[in-house]
Amino acid sequence: MLNIDSLERGIVIDHIKAGYAMKIYYLLKLDQLDCCVAVIKNARSSKYGKKDIIKIEDMVDLDLEVLGFIDPNITIDIIDNGKIVEKKQLVLPQKLTNVIKCKNPRCITSIEEEIDHVFKLSDQNDHRYRCVYCEQEYQG
Amino acid sequence: MRHLIDPLDFSEAEIEKLLDVAEDIAQNLKAYSHVCDGKKLATLFYEPSTRTRLSFESAMLSLGGSVLGFATADSSSAAKGESVADTIRTVSCYADICAMRHPKEGAPLRASRYSRIPVINAGDGGHQHPTQTLADLMTIRSKKKRLGNLTIGLCGDLKFGRTVHSLIKSLARYEGIQFVLISPEELQVPDYIIKEVIKGNDIPYEEVGSLEEVISSLDILYMTRVQKERFFNEEDYIRLKDSYILTANKMRRAKPDMAVLHPLPRVNEISIEVDEDPRAAYFEQVQNGVYVRMALIMMLLEVTPC
Repeated sequence: MLNIDSLERGIVIDHIKAGYAMKIYYLLKLDQLDCCVAVIKNARSSKYGKKDIIKIEDMVDLDLEVLGFIDPNITIDIIDNGKIVEKKQLVLPQKLTNVIKCKNPRCITSIEEEIDHVFKLSDQNDHRYRCVYCEQEYQG
Repeated sequence: MRHLIDPLDFSEAEIEKLLDVAEDIAQNLKAYSHVCDGKKLATLFYEPSTRTRLSFESAMLSLGGSVLGFATADSSSAAKGESVADTIRTVSCYADICAMRHPKEGAPLRASRYSRIPVINAGDGGHQHPTQTLADLMTIRSKKKRLGNLTIGLCGDLKFGRTVHSLIKSLARYEGIQFVLISPEELQVPDYIIKEVIKGNDIPYEEVGSLEEVISSLDILYMTRVQKERFFNEEDYIRLKDSYILTANKMRRAKPDMAVLHPLPRVNEISIEVDEDPRAAYFEQVQNGVYVRMALIMMLLEVTPC
């Protein structure tokens, strides 16, 4: 297995569904960080068969809302002195602001300048989100 | 400060109270003729409308207030590219309350977030039309003496018909409601209303294609027009526009106390011969629309008769 150095201090985003690491990389704007960031794709996972992992060699503020929306099963480990000092649990966010965009051409978001694209969770079981303006369901 | 953006912005108790005031206005119009002296209503209509705009203006004038505004987007700063947020911030300096009609869904909600005056949604795209719903509820209560325990048939364009969406949302809160949804397949009620409003509240419903088959079971028949302006493709409009036409012949199958409502304007979906039927309630609905808008303006401006 490919060996990536373990972190002394930083964040590990683990149990990412295989193939989603780069999406998360850009959504979390990790490309804008100056620190070392490792993206591991298709790592072996006893739970999922394959998974992606992202390791960030610094303590940065992560948008947990975005991660929870993509997959609430993702785990986040905070590492200090080479040890896990905190595990963050993700939940499906009740509200998403400027994470996804409304595609309804009849929605005010299609013409209004500088309007936030806001979605509310409408169905916890089916992970359905609706635009707060037009109520159209988000179709990924 | 309160706004009316969504039909559920008011509780059932608030709606009952509002309808009580509207009924009192209908009986004692003169007692309300000065309650809004010195107040101004702005009517911001980015989309053509005859009855809703005139109904709002008539309501405010009947309360002693005055009105200002525009009737098409072309005659507003929207034509110059002004945002809804900026328009409402400006209008907040000119008026005490505003009614907004906009072709884009969610525009009145956007306005309410930047407004210093109460905003009333006077119809946003194919989304909601809560003041029409107030007129509908007043008419239903007047005809049936109740808002629960009713079988409501909604017929025509149930997909883009914003009055239909608002009415379903509002009636879903009352006990003993059943919906019969009568439309061609292409114009069925949007999925989110079925899943979250109707099924979400365990309301019995059926979706059917034939008005004749179900008309005898209805307490209320709510007819709607197939709206040309909601179609991107004219061919689809022409194919569907004559899907349902209510005639005197079909009315023979209906209950003797069924009420026929329509948000108007109609094109040909209710034959003129039905106007003479005592069950036709759509012109009373228009009159009720003025009374409920008067009651609504008073409620949002927090004014009462002297």
